Amino acid sequence: MTIEIDNLRISFGDKEVVKGVSFNVANGASFGIVGESGSGKSTVLRAMAGLNNEWSGRIAFSGQDAPLVRPPAFFRKVQMVFQDPYGSLHPRQTIDRILSELPLVHGMDDIDGRIAKVLSAVALPQTARFRYPHQLSGGQRQRVAIARALIAEPEVLLLDEPTSALDVSVQAEILNLLADLRSERNLTYVMVSHNLSVIAHLCTDVGVMIDGHMVEQVTAEDLRLGNIEHAHTRELRSLSVELEEPA
Amino acid sequence: MLVEIKNLHIGFESRTGFAPAVKGVSLTLGTEKLGIVGESGSGKSLTARALMKLLPKQTRIEADKLEFDGIDILSASEKQMRTIRGKRAGFILQDPKYSLNPVKTIGSQVAESWRAHKGGSKRAALEAAINLLEMVKIRDPKKVASSYPHEVSGGMGQRVMIAMMLAPDPELLIADEPTSALDATVQAEILRLIEELVSERGMGLLLISHDLPLVSHFCDRVAVMYSGRVMEELKASELLSAQHPYTRGLLNCMPSLIHPKERLPVLTRDPE
Repeated sequence: MTIEIDNLRISFGDKEVVKGVSFNVANGASFGIVGESGSGKSTVLRAMAGLNNEWSGRIAFSGQDAPLVRPPAFFRKVQMVFQDPYGSLHPRQTIDRILSELPLVHGMDDIDGRIAKVLSAVALPQTARFRYPHQLSGGQRQRVAIARALIAEPEVLLLDEPTSALDVSVQAEILNLLADLRSERNLTYVMVSHNLSVIAHLCTDVGVMIDGHMVEQVTAEDLRLGNIEHAHTRELRSLSVELEEPA
Repeated sequence: MLVEIKNLHIGFESRTGFAPAVKGVSLTLGTEKLGIVGESGSGKSLTARALMKLLPKQTRIEADKLEFDGIDILSASEKQMRTIRGKRAGFILQDPKYSLNPVKTIGSQVAESWRAHKGGSKRAALEAAINLLEMVKIRDPKKVASSYPHEVSGGMGQRVMIAMMLAPDPELLIADEPTSALDATVQAEILRLIEELVSERGMGLLLISHDLPLVSHFCDRVAVMYSGRVMEELKASELLSAQHPYTRGLLNCMPSLIHPKERLPVLTRDPE
Protein backbone atom coordinates (compact mmCIF):
# COMPACT_ATOMS: atom_id res chain seq x y z
CA MET A 1 0.00 0.00 0.00
CA THR A 2 1.51 3.33 -0.99
CA ILE A 3 1.22 6.28 1.33
CA GLU A 4 1.18 9.93 0.30
CA ILE A 5 1.22 12.76 2.80
CA ASP A 6 0.86 16.20 1.33
CA ASN A 7 1.16 19.48 3.20
CA LEU A 8 -0.24 18.01 6.41
CA ARG A 9 -1.07 20.63 9.04
CA ILE A 10 -2.26 19.90 12.56
CA SER A 11 -3.15 22.39 15.27
CA PHE A 12 -4.13 21.99 18.89
CA GLY A 13 -6.18 25.08 19.65
CA ASP A 14 -4.24 28.06 18.36
CA LYS A 15 -0.94 26.23 18.40
CA GLU A 16 0.15 24.69 15.14
CA VAL A 17 2.30 21.63 15.88
CA VAL A 18 2.67 20.15 12.40
CA LYS A 19 3.38 22.83 9.82
CA GLY A 20 3.04 21.41 6.35
CA VAL A 21 4.66 17.97 6.28
CA SER A 22 4.87 16.04 3.00
CA PHE A 23 6.35 12.63 2.24
CA ASN A 24 5.65 9.51 0.21
CA VAL A 25 6.18 5.87 1.06
CA ALA A 26 6.27 3.20 -1.65
CA ASN A 27 4.45 -0.11 -1.31
CA GLY A 28 6.40 -2.46 0.99
CA ALA A 29 8.90 0.24 1.96
CA SER A 30 9.63 1.56 5.40
CA PHE A 31 9.88 5.22 6.23
CA GLY A 32 11.33 6.51 9.48
CA ILE A 33 10.64 9.82 11.18
CA VAL A 34 13.21 11.09 13.68
CA GLY A 35 13.03 14.16 15.83
CA GLU A 36 13.11 15.27 19.43
CA SER A 37 10.17 15.41 21.83
CA GLY A 38 7.70 18.04 20.71
CA SER A 39 8.81 18.02 17.08
CA GLY A 40 5.41 16.68 16.02
CA LYS A 41 6.51 13.25 14.80
CA SER A 42 3.99 11.25 16.82
CA THR A 43 1.25 13.73 15.96
CA VAL A 44 1.80 13.00 12.27
CA LEU A 45 1.53 9.28 12.96
CA ARG A 46 -1.65 9.64 15.01
CA ALA A 47 -3.30 11.67 12.25
CA MET A 48 -2.35 8.97 9.73
CA ALA A 49 -3.85 6.30 11.99
CA GLY A 50 -7.12 8.20 12.19
CA LEU A 51 -6.75 8.97 15.89
CA ASN A 52 -7.02 12.71 15.33
CA ASN A 53 -9.75 14.26 13.22
CA GLU A 54 -8.45 17.81 13.24
CA TRP A 55 -6.02 18.10 10.39
CA SER A 56 -5.79 19.66 6.96
CA GLY A 57 -3.83 18.69 3.89
CA ARG A 58 -3.88 15.30 2.25
CA ILE A 59 -3.33 11.79 3.58
CA ALA A 60 -3.75 9.11 0.97
CA PHE A 61 -3.38 5.33 1.15
CA SER A 62 -3.06 3.50 -2.20
CA GLY A 63 -3.85 6.75 -3.98
CA GLN A 64 -7.18 7.16 -2.17
CA ASP A 65 -7.63 10.23 0.01
CA ALA A 66 -8.40 9.33 3.60
CA PRO A 67 -11.46 11.17 4.95
CA LEU A 68 -11.26 12.99 8.30
CA VAL A 69 -13.37 10.28 9.92
CA ARG A 70 -12.24 6.88 8.69
CA PRO A 71 -14.63 4.08 7.73
CA PRO A 72 -14.32 0.86 9.81
CA ALA A 73 -12.66 -1.03 6.95
CA PHE A 74 -9.74 1.41 7.12
CA PHE A 75 -8.65 0.05 10.48
CA ARG A 76 -8.16 -3.41 9.03
CA LYS A 77 -5.69 -2.01 6.53
CA VAL A 78 -3.79 0.35 8.81
CA GLN A 79 -2.77 -0.55 12.35
CA MET A 80 -0.66 1.17 14.95
CA VAL A 81 1.78 -0.11 17.60
CA PHE A 82 2.47 2.15 20.55
CA GLN A 83 5.56 2.88 22.56
CA ASP A 84 4.70 1.67 25.98
CA PRO A 85 3.81 -2.01 26.22
CA TYR A 86 2.85 -1.41 29.86
CA GLY A 87 0.31 1.28 29.12
CA SER A 88 -1.18 0.08 25.85
CA LEU A 89 -2.57 -3.28 27.02
CA HIS A 90 -5.68 -3.54 29.17
CA PRO A 91 -4.47 -4.72 32.60
CA ARG A 92 -7.67 -6.61 33.46
CA GLN A 93 -8.02 -8.49 30.18
CA THR A 94 -6.24 -11.70 29.24
CA ILE A 95 -4.12 -11.73 26.10
CA ASP A 96 -6.88 -13.83 24.50
CA ARG A 97 -9.45 -11.13 25.23
CA ILE A 98 -7.12 -8.35 24.03
CA LEU A 99 -6.46 -10.13 20.74
CA SER A 100 -10.09 -11.06 20.10
CA GLU A 101 -11.34 -7.47 20.40
CA LEU A 102 -10.58 -6.45 16.82
CA PRO A 103 -11.82 -9.65 15.11
CA LEU A 104 -15.06 -9.38 17.12
CA VAL A 105 -15.60 -5.74 16.12
CA HIS A 106 -14.99 -6.51 12.48
CA GLY A 107 -17.04 -9.72 12.52
CA MET A 108 -14.15 -11.91 11.43
CA ASP A 109 -14.51 -15.70 11.45
CA ASP A 110 -12.32 -18.34 13.14
CA ILE A 111 -11.14 -16.02 15.89
CA ASP A 112 -9.64 -18.94 17.79
CA GLY A 113 -7.48 -19.99 14.85
CA ARG A 114 -6.43 -16.44 14.09
CA ILE A 115 -5.21 -15.85 17.63
CA ALA A 116 -3.24 -19.09 17.62
CA LYS A 117 -1.66 -18.14 14.30
CA VAL A 118 -0.79 -14.58 15.24
CA LEU A 119 0.78 -15.69 18.53
CA SER A 120 3.14 -17.99 16.69
CA ALA A 121 3.84 -15.24 14.13
CA VAL A 122 5.25 -13.06 16.89
CA ALA A 123 7.02 -16.05 18.50
CA LEU A 124 4.96 -16.12 21.68
CA PRO A 125 4.13 -19.49 23.26
CA GLN A 126 0.47 -20.55 23.02
CA THR A 127 0.43 -20.63 26.82
CA ALA A 128 0.72 -16.83 26.83
CA ARG A 129 -2.82 -16.70 25.54
CA PHE A 130 -4.52 -16.98 28.89
CA ARG A 131 -2.10 -14.81 30.81
CA TYR A 132 -2.65 -11.22 31.88
CA PRO A 133 -0.26 -8.47 30.66
CA HIS A 134 1.40 -8.15 34.08
CA GLN A 135 2.46 -11.79 33.90
CA LEU A 136 4.54 -11.13 30.79
CA SER A 137 7.88 -9.38 30.39
CA GLY A 138 8.24 -6.05 28.59
CA GLY A 139 9.44 -7.70 25.38
CA GLN A 140 6.60 -10.24 25.46
CA ARG A 141 4.10 -7.44 25.99
CA GLN A 142 5.43 -5.57 22.98
CA ARG A 143 5.02 -8.80 20.99
CA VAL A 144 1.38 -8.90 22.13
CA ALA A 145 0.95 -5.30 20.96
CA ILE A 146 2.38 -6.25 17.56
CA ALA A 147 0.17 -9.35 17.45
CA ARG A 148 -2.87 -7.19 18.15
CA ALA A 149 -1.98 -5.05 15.15
CA LEU A 150 -1.27 -8.07 12.93
CA ILE A 151 -4.52 -9.86 13.67
CA ALA A 152 -6.31 -7.31 11.49
CA GLU A 153 -4.13 -8.51 8.60
CA PRO A 154 -3.11 -4.95 7.85
CA GLU A 155 -1.06 -3.67 4.94
CA VAL A 156 0.41 -0.73 6.83
CA LEU A 157 1.91 -0.72 10.32
CA LEU A 158 2.45 2.61 12.06
CA LEU A 159 5.09 2.16 14.74
CA ASP A 160 5.45 4.80 17.44
CA GLU A 161 8.78 4.24 19.23
CA PRO A 162 8.17 0.48 19.35
CA THR A 163 11.43 -0.35 21.15
CA SER A 164 12.35 2.65 23.27
CA ALA A 165 10.91 1.17 26.47
CA LEU A 166 12.94 -2.03 26.03
CA ASP A 167 16.43 -3.23 26.87
CA VAL A 168 18.89 -3.38 23.96
CA SER A 169 18.84 -7.18 23.97
CA VAL A 170 15.04 -7.24 23.76
CA GLN A 171 15.08 -4.36 21.28
CA ALA A 172 17.20 -6.52 18.95
CA GLU A 173 14.61 -9.32 19.11
CA ILE A 174 11.72 -6.96 18.36
CA LEU A 175 13.58 -5.23 15.50
CA ASN A 176 14.37 -8.62 13.95
CA LEU A 177 10.73 -9.64 14.33
CA LEU A 178 9.53 -6.43 12.65
CA ALA A 179 12.00 -6.90 9.78
CA ASP A 180 10.86 -10.52 9.25
CA LEU A 181 7.17 -9.64 9.34
CA ARG A 182 7.66 -6.91 6.78
CA SER A 183 9.32 -9.17 4.25
CA GLU A 184 6.94 -12.10 4.90
CA ARG A 185 3.75 -10.10 4.64
CA ASN A 186 4.83 -7.25 2.35
CA LEU A 187 3.92 -4.70 4.99
CA THR A 188 4.55 -0.97 4.63
CA TYR A 189 6.01 0.66 7.74
CA VAL A 190 6.09 4.20 9.01
CA MET A 191 8.17 4.29 12.18
CA VAL A 192 8.76 7.13 14.58
CA SER A 193 11.79 7.10 16.85
CA HIS A 194 14.32 9.41 18.43
CA ASN A 195 17.05 6.82 17.96
CA LEU A 196 18.87 7.25 14.64
CA SER A 197 20.53 3.83 14.68
CA VAL A 198 17.21 2.08 15.21
CA ILE A 199 15.60 4.03 12.37
CA ALA A 200 18.55 3.45 10.04
CA HIS A 201 18.44 -0.26 10.83
CA LEU A 202 14.80 -0.79 9.95
CA CYS A 203 14.01 1.96 7.45
CA THR A 204 15.29 2.72 3.98
CA ASP A 205 14.24 6.37 4.02
CA VAL A 206 14.31 8.84 6.85
CA GLY A 207 12.61 12.18 7.45
CA VAL A 208 13.96 14.54 10.10
CA MET A 209 11.48 16.71 11.97
CA ILE A 210 12.05 19.77 14.08
CA ASP A 211 9.43 22.16 15.39
CA GLY A 212 6.64 20.82 13.17
CA HIS A 213 8.60 20.93 9.92
CA MET A 214 10.12 18.01 8.11
CA VAL A 215 13.43 19.71 7.34
CA GLU A 216 15.17 16.92 5.50
CA GLN A 217 14.48 13.59 3.81
CA VAL A 218 17.41 11.31 3.12
CA THR A 219 17.99 7.62 2.47
CA ALA A 220 19.31 5.60 5.40
CA GLU A 221 22.45 5.01 3.33
CA ASP A 222 23.14 8.74 3.00
CA LEU A 223 22.46 9.17 6.70
CA ARG A 224 25.06 6.53 7.51
CA LEU A 225 27.60 8.12 5.17
CA GLY A 226 26.86 11.62 6.41
CA ASN A 227 25.57 12.99 3.08
CA ILE A 228 23.17 15.30 4.86
CA GLU A 229 22.32 18.96 4.53
CA HIS A 230 20.42 20.28 7.50
CA ALA A 231 22.19 21.38 10.68
CA HIS A 232 19.75 19.51 12.91
CA THR A 233 20.30 16.23 11.06
CA ARG A 234 24.03 16.76 11.45
CA GLU A 235 23.65 17.39 15.15
CA LEU A 236 21.56 14.25 15.68
CA ARG A 237 23.95 12.19 13.59
CA SER A 238 27.08 13.42 15.35
CA LEU A 239 25.57 12.73 18.80
CA SER A 240 24.71 9.22 17.70
CA VAL A 241 28.10 8.57 16.09
CA GLU A 242 29.98 10.03 19.06
CA LEU A 243 28.40 7.48 21.37
CA GLU A 244 29.15 4.57 19.06
CA GLU A 245 32.84 5.29 18.81
CA PRO A 246 35.16 4.28 21.64
CA ALA A 247 36.00 7.16 23.97
CA MET B 1 36.50 5.03 50.38
CA LEU B 2 33.13 6.69 50.14
CA VAL B 3 31.20 3.50 49.52
CA GLU B 4 32.20 -0.07 50.26
CA ILE B 5 29.97 -2.97 49.39
CA LYS B 6 31.11 -6.51 50.00
CA ASN B 7 29.11 -9.61 49.14
CA LEU B 8 25.70 -7.92 49.12
CA HIS B 9 22.64 -10.17 48.92
CA ILE B 10 19.12 -8.84 48.46
CA GLY B 11 16.02 -10.95 48.20
CA PHE B 12 12.28 -10.76 48.66
CA GLU B 13 10.06 -12.85 50.86
CA SER B 14 6.86 -13.63 49.06
CA ARG B 15 3.81 -15.85 49.35
CA THR B 16 5.43 -18.41 47.10
CA GLY B 17 8.85 -18.43 48.70
CA PHE B 18 12.07 -16.51 48.68
CA ALA B 19 13.17 -14.71 45.52
CA PRO B 20 16.82 -13.67 45.44
CA ALA B 21 17.49 -10.55 43.32
CA VAL B 22 21.04 -9.51 44.12
CA LYS B 23 23.47 -12.38 44.68
CA GLY B 24 26.78 -11.31 46.11
CA VAL B 25 27.71 -7.91 44.70
CA SER B 26 30.97 -6.23 45.75
CA LEU B 27 31.78 -2.66 44.75
CA THR B 28 33.85 0.23 46.03
CA LEU B 29 33.54 3.88 45.14
CA GLY B 30 35.78 6.83 45.94
CA THR B 31 35.57 10.31 44.49
CA GLU B 32 35.18 9.00 40.98
CA LYS B 33 32.48 8.20 38.47
CA LEU B 34 31.35 4.60 38.68
CA GLY B 35 28.79 3.29 36.24
CA ILE B 36 26.58 0.26 36.77
CA VAL B 37 25.09 -1.12 33.57
CA GLY B 38 22.78 -4.03 33.02
CA GLU B 39 19.37 -4.98 31.71
CA SER B 40 16.09 -4.53 33.57
CA GLY B 41 15.99 -6.91 36.50
CA SER B 42 19.74 -7.24 36.83
CA GLY B 43 19.65 -5.69 40.31
CA LYS B 44 21.44 -2.44 39.56
CA SER B 45 18.81 -0.14 41.06
CA LEU B 46 18.31 -2.44 44.05
CA THR B 47 22.00 -2.21 44.86
CA ALA B 48 21.84 1.59 44.87
CA ARG B 49 18.65 1.63 46.92
CA ALA B 50 20.08 -0.77 49.47
CA LEU B 51 22.89 1.71 49.98
CA MET B 52 20.34 4.34 51.02
CA LYS B 53 18.20 1.77 52.86
CA LEU B 54 15.29 2.64 50.62
CA LEU B 55 13.84 -0.84 50.22
CA PRO B 56 10.44 -2.15 51.30
CA LYS B 57 10.03 -4.04 54.59
CA GLN B 58 9.80 -7.55 53.19
CA THR B 59 13.24 -7.20 51.63
CA ARG B 60 15.98 -9.32 53.11
CA ILE B 61 19.39 -7.63 52.90
CA GLU B 62 22.61 -9.32 53.91
CA ALA B 63 26.16 -8.23 53.36
CA ASP B 64 29.63 -8.74 54.74
CA LYS B 65 30.05 -5.02 54.46
CA LEU B 66 27.75 -2.20 53.40
CA GLU B 67 29.30 1.10 54.33
CA PHE B 68 28.89 4.73 53.38
CA ASP B 69 31.90 6.77 54.50
CA GLY B 70 32.59 4.31 57.30
CA ILE B 71 28.97 4.20 58.53
CA ASP B 72 27.50 0.70 58.63
CA ILE B 73 24.24 1.03 56.70
CA LEU B 74 22.82 -2.32 57.81
CA SER B 75 22.83 -1.40 61.49
CA ALA B 76 22.14 2.32 61.04
CA SER B 77 18.91 3.62 62.56
CA GLU B 78 16.27 5.50 60.57
CA LYS B 79 17.43 8.65 62.32
CA GLN B 80 21.01 8.13 61.24
CA MET B 81 19.92 7.34 57.71
CA ARG B 82 18.07 10.64 57.55
CA THR B 83 21.35 12.48 58.08
CA ILE B 84 22.78 10.62 55.10
CA ARG B 85 19.89 10.60 52.63
CA GLY B 86 19.71 13.83 50.71
CA LYS B 87 22.25 15.56 52.92
CA ARG B 88 25.35 13.50 52.27
CA ALA B 89 24.16 11.41 49.35
CA GLY B 90 21.77 12.74 46.74
CA PHE B 91 19.52 10.55 44.61
CA ILE B 92 18.50 11.59 41.08
CA LEU B 93 15.69 9.49 39.64
CA GLN B 94 14.71 8.66 36.13
CA ASP B 95 11.62 10.66 35.39
CA PRO B 96 11.18 14.24 36.61
CA LYS B 97 7.50 13.92 35.74
CA TYR B 98 6.93 11.54 38.62
CA SER B 99 9.55 12.77 41.04
CA LEU B 100 8.39 16.37 41.41
CA ASN B 101 5.26 17.38 43.29
CA PRO B 102 2.77 18.51 40.62
CA VAL B 103 0.89 20.97 42.84
CA LYS B 104 3.84 22.95 44.21
CA THR B 105 5.95 25.46 42.33
CA ILE B 106 9.45 24.44 41.39
CA GLY B 107 10.98 27.21 43.49
CA SER B 108 9.16 26.13 46.63
CA GLN B 109 10.27 22.51 46.15
CA VAL B 110 13.92 23.40 45.72
CA ALA B 111 13.65 25.84 48.66
CA GLU B 112 12.09 23.11 50.79
CA SER B 113 15.00 20.78 50.21
CA TRP B 114 17.46 23.61 50.98
CA ARG B 115 15.66 24.52 54.18
CA ALA B 116 15.34 20.95 55.36
CA HIS B 117 19.10 20.60 55.38
CA LYS B 118 20.35 24.09 56.07
CA GLY B 119 17.55 25.82 57.94
CA GLY B 120 17.01 29.57 57.61
CA SER B 121 14.04 31.70 56.69
CA LYS B 122 11.66 30.93 53.86
CA ARG B 123 12.78 34.01 51.99
CA ALA B 124 16.47 33.08 52.26
CA ALA B 125 15.62 29.57 51.10
CA LEU B 126 13.80 30.87 48.05
CA GLU B 127 16.75 33.05 47.16
CA ALA B 128 19.08 30.09 47.56
CA ALA B 129 16.73 28.06 45.36
CA ILE B 130 16.99 30.62 42.59
CA ASN B 131 20.78 30.50 42.91
CA LEU B 132 20.74 26.73 42.65
CA LEU B 133 18.55 26.87 39.57
CA GLU B 134 21.03 29.27 38.05
CA MET B 135 23.85 26.86 38.90
CA VAL B 136 22.22 24.09 36.86
CA LYS B 137 22.19 26.54 33.94
CA ILE B 138 18.53 27.41 33.79
CA ARG B 139 18.38 30.62 31.81
CA ASP B 140 15.55 32.42 33.57
CA PRO B 141 15.71 30.98 37.12
CA LYS B 142 13.13 33.43 38.57
CA LYS B 143 10.53 32.47 36.05
CA VAL B 144 11.20 28.76 36.37
CA ALA B 145 11.06 29.01 40.17
CA SER B 146 7.50 30.28 39.97
CA SER B 147 6.34 27.68 37.43
CA TYR B 148 4.81 24.29 38.10
CA PRO B 149 6.46 21.03 36.99
CA HIS B 150 4.01 20.49 34.11
CA GLU B 151 4.96 23.86 32.64
CA VAL B 152 8.58 22.93 32.02
CA SER B 153 10.18 20.44 29.62
CA GLY B 154 11.66 17.09 30.63
CA GLY B 155 15.23 18.37 30.43
CA MET B 156 14.36 21.39 32.56
CA GLY B 157 12.62 19.12 35.08
CA GLN B 158 15.73 16.99 35.33
CA ARG B 159 17.84 20.11 35.94
CA VAL B 160 15.45 21.04 38.74
CA MET B 161 15.90 17.59 40.27
CA ILE B 162 19.66 18.05 40.14
CA ALA B 163 19.36 21.51 41.72
CA MET B 164 17.38 19.98 44.59
CA MET B 165 20.00 17.31 45.13
CA LEU B 166 22.79 19.88 45.16
CA ALA B 167 21.19 22.01 47.86
CA PRO B 168 22.82 20.24 50.85
CA ASP B 169 26.25 19.85 49.13
CA PRO B 170 26.28 16.04 49.08
CA GLU B 171 29.47 13.98 48.86
CA LEU B 172 27.89 11.28 46.76
CA LEU B 173 25.45 11.54 43.91
CA ILE B 174 23.47 8.47 42.90
CA ALA B 175 21.87 8.93 39.50
CA ASP B 176 19.44 6.18 38.52
CA GLU B 177 18.88 6.43 34.76
CA PRO B 178 18.95 10.23 34.90
CA THR B 179 18.63 10.74 31.16
CA SER B 180 16.65 7.79 29.79
CA ALA B 181 13.50 9.89 29.52
CA LEU B 182 15.28 12.66 27.59
CA ASP B 183 16.19 13.43 23.97
CA ALA B 184 19.72 12.83 22.72
CA THR B 185 20.67 16.52 22.64
CA VAL B 186 19.22 17.19 26.10
CA GLN B 187 20.82 14.02 27.42
CA ALA B 188 24.25 15.27 26.34
CA GLU B 189 23.65 18.62 28.10
CA ILE B 190 22.47 17.04 31.35
CA LEU B 191 25.41 14.65 31.47
CA ARG B 192 27.84 17.48 30.83
CA LEU B 193 26.21 19.40 33.68
CA ILE B 194 26.47 16.44 36.08
CA GLU B 195 30.06 15.90 35.06
CA GLU B 196 30.98 19.54 35.71
CA LEU B 197 29.28 19.61 39.09
CA VAL B 198 30.85 16.33 40.16
CA SER B 199 34.37 17.39 39.27
CA GLU B 200 33.95 20.93 40.64
CA ARG B 201 32.71 19.72 44.00
CA GLY B 202 34.82 16.60 44.24
CA MET B 203 31.80 14.33 44.63
CA GLY B 204 31.55 10.63 44.01
CA LEU B 205 29.05 9.58 41.36
CA LEU B 206 27.21 6.31 40.98
CA LEU B 207 25.54 6.31 37.57
CA ILE B 208 23.03 3.56 36.88
CA SER B 209 22.10 3.04 33.28
CA HIS B 210 21.19 0.43 30.70
CA ASP B 211 23.02 2.39 28.01
CA LEU B 212 26.51 0.93 27.60
CA PRO B 213 27.97 3.46 25.12
CA LEU B 214 26.77 6.34 27.28
CA VAL B 215 28.38 4.96 30.42
CA SER B 216 31.61 4.17 28.63
CA HIS B 217 31.92 7.80 27.55
CA PHE B 218 30.93 9.33 30.81
CA CYS B 219 32.29 7.25 33.70
CA ASP B 220 35.74 6.27 34.95
CA ARG B 221 34.89 2.70 35.86
CA VAL B 222 32.03 0.41 34.92
CA ALA B 223 30.50 -2.64 36.56
CA VAL B 224 28.39 -4.83 34.29
CA MET B 225 25.58 -6.59 36.12
CA TYR B 226 23.48 -9.53 35.05
CA SER B 227 20.99 -11.53 37.09
CA GLY B 228 22.06 -10.09 40.43
CA ARG B 229 25.81 -10.50 39.95
CA VAL B 230 28.62 -8.29 38.75
CA MET B 231 29.77 -10.00 35.57
CA GLU B 232 32.86 -7.87 35.14
CA GLU B 233 34.33 -4.61 36.27
CA LEU B 234 36.55 -2.64 33.96
CA LYS B 235 37.78 0.78 32.94
CA ALA B 236 35.03 2.68 31.17
CA SER B 237 37.26 3.44 28.20
CA GLU B 238 37.73 -0.29 27.66
CA LEU B 239 34.02 -1.11 27.82
CA LEU B 240 33.43 -1.05 24.08
CA SER B 241 36.24 -3.55 23.60
CA ALA B 242 35.18 -5.75 26.55
CA GLN B 243 35.89 -9.49 26.36
CA HIS B 244 33.24 -10.95 28.65
CA PRO B 245 30.66 -12.83 26.54
CA TYR B 246 27.68 -11.13 28.20
CA THR B 247 29.07 -7.62 27.72
CA ARG B 248 29.98 -8.47 24.13
CA GLY B 249 26.48 -9.83 23.61
CA LEU B 250 24.92 -6.60 24.82
CA LEU B 251 27.20 -4.51 22.61
CA ASN B 252 26.61 -6.64 19.53
CA CYS B 253 22.84 -6.55 19.66
CA MET B 254 22.70 -2.76 19.34
CA PRO B 255 21.91 -1.41 15.89
CA SER B 256 24.69 0.82 14.64
CA LEU B 257 24.56 3.87 12.44
CA ILE B 258 28.05 3.57 10.97
CA HIS B 259 28.35 -0.20 10.88
CA PRO B 260 25.07 -1.50 9.51
CA LYS B 261 24.11 -5.10 10.26
CA GLU B 262 21.80 -7.15 8.11
CA ARG B 263 20.35 -8.86 11.17
CA LEU B 264 20.82 -8.11 14.84
CA PRO B 265 22.38 -10.91 16.89
CA VAL B 266 20.30 -11.77 19.96
CA LEU B 267 21.40 -13.06 23.34
CA THR B 268 20.91 -16.70 24.17
CA ARG B 269 20.55 -16.94 27.91
CA ASP B 270 21.44 -19.69 30.30
CA PRO B 271 18.53 -20.36 32.64
CA GLU B 272 20.86 -19.57 35.56
